[in-house]
Amino acid sequence: MDEKIKKNLMKIACKARMGVIEGTYNAKSGHPGGSLSICDLLAYLYFEKMNVDPKNPEMKDRDRLVLSKGHTAPALYSILALKGFFPEEELKTLRHIGSKLQGHPCINIDGIDMSSGSLGQGISVACGMALSAKISSENYKVYTILGDGEIEEGQVWEASMFASHYKLDNLVAVVDYNGLQIDGKLSEVCSPEPIDKKFEAFGWHVISIDGHDFDQIEKAFSEADTITGKPVAIIQKTVKGKGVSFMENQVSWHGSAPNKEQYEKAMAELNQQLKDLED
Amino acid sequence: MADIIKKATRESYGESLRDLAEKYENLVVLDADLAAATKTGIFKKAYPDRFFDCGIAEANMMGVAAGLAATGKIPFASTFAMFAAGRAYEIVRNSIGYPHLNVKIGATHAGISVGEDGATHQCNEDIALMRTIPGMTIINPADDVEARQAVESAINYVGPVYMRFGRLAIPVFNDKNNYKFELGKGVVLREGTDVTIIATGLMVYEALEASKTLADEGISARVVNIHTIKPLDTELVCKCACDTGVIVTVEEHSIIGGLGSAVAEAVTGCCPVPVVRIGVNDEYGCSGPAVDLLKRFGLCAENIVAKTRNAIKLK
Repeated sequence: MDEKIKKNLMKIACKARMGVIEGTYNAKSGHPGGSLSICDLLAYLYFEKMNVDPKNPEMKDRDRLVLSKGHTAPALYSILALKGFFPEEELKTLRHIGSKLQGHPCINIDGIDMSSGSLGQGISVACGMALSAKISSENYKVYTILGDGEIEEGQVWEASMFASHYKLDNLVAVVDYNGLQIDGKLSEVCSPEPIDKKFEAFGWHVISIDGHDFDQIEKAFSEADTITGKPVAIIQKTVKGKGVSFMENQVSWHGSAPNKEQYEKAMAELNQQLKDLED
Repeated sequence: MADIIKKATRESYGESLRDLAEKYENLVVLDADLAAATKTGIFKKAYPDRFFDCGIAEANMMGVAAGLAATGKIPFASTFAMFAAGRAYEIVRNSIGYPHLNVKIGATHAGISVGEDGATHQCNEDIALMRTIPGMTIINPADDVEARQAVESAINYVGPVYMRFGRLAIPVFNDKNNYKFELGKGVVLREGTDVTIIATGLMVYEALEASKTLADEGISARVVNIHTIKPLDTELVCKCACDTGVIVTVEEHSIIGGLGSAVAEAVTGCCPVPVVRIGVNDEYGCSGPAVDLLKRFGLCAENIVAKTRNAIKLK
């Protein structure tokens, strides 16, 4: 990836992480851990890859994204605000009564293609969108992001069967493989591993990458574009809580918000990271 | 009326999908390995490119339907009521109901008239489940004529619709040349002053038969067909309550949460009168020929007559 583009994406991802902290701190609740792990992916998708237009959010041939791991809405909201779908100031209203920024994504928010939050359902909806494009010979692509714990839901595998049966090569499912779910490590709760082998067995083209390496992210999505006749699964290894030192790899940050002290510490760290990128 | 034509509303469903496909080019049909039974196979034969079998995976099918609707298609997701409303309930609620997507759920084999397959497949709870979903429209047609028009009406309405069809061939009593289906509007089939019998689905014909016997006994029973259970025609229901002072509801569904509950809830708010509910009591169905089962569970004209006689005494 071009170094200038990469640096820009790193800045956007860093700002998105600030939005996650800002939102969850003001909400006094939410899911920072899994939100922080997908900021790099979302920065790449919305600022390099996807055909979307904040001035025309309902554009018919736009690429779609279904955040199947809907609890990480703070990351998606941050990215959409940075992209210009709505003012960044609104991130502070996350989870407040009367705010459009519901705890989980809601279809009536500009830039959100589908309501989600109940795990395992988004991938089916993404399959429907991809099938729809095939039916009417439209060229948009459909992306969906799943949690690694989420794929313990049986519906994910019903959808996986469906996607390969109908050869949905316009569908890319990303599994955010940060190794942690609410009750603990994936390997200790009820392991869905090996994840890559499972998707392969269901007829998908599988690409495994480091989800915090923009070169690898770009390469994976470029490869996905060349695959025909089958859907693509990108298994991205990530760090839950990425970017905030005391949140990294700590399962306790799956679903709890920072207090004032933690908020200030997290923002100081992220500000420093941004400053380092701008130097 | 030995010569009356009988037809299962699942047949009407499959045929009307086929007949409407040309007019509505965005109409697509999904099924979960039951196309032969739900009769979507009729559509599949005529429009194979617009039919998608999802296999035995109802949860995913409902999600796929949501994705199709979110991108401009009008999907009819078809399976048995048990799996559409029961197994896939949470997907219907969260992926279809909450985003208020334009998905039509074609649920066949509703109620105990499934027959020999028995309790696991006899869904007497689907109306109750679907009623709890905000913004869900529920249609339970009474015969072939009504079912066909209801399908087209569902297409023209933008939003989620749950349509309930039966396996058993039932009398076609509406006149196809004169009947006009209006979503959300109850139909007064027979005027009466002593009691109102409000029925839905295949019980409407039985209610009409019961009203004739009651008339012979000197009881003037009004008969109302409520095909749209949600949104309920509360105006008509309340008028009937005030006019006749007692209501009997009849449905092939649990007495908990279905038409009877909906009517009782409405009446308590506008014109509190006794409401006697006929339906499947708080119990499971069982195997047997459909017609015999309907009698056994009191879903027949004879029982409607008996219950109506008693209901009038409550006035």
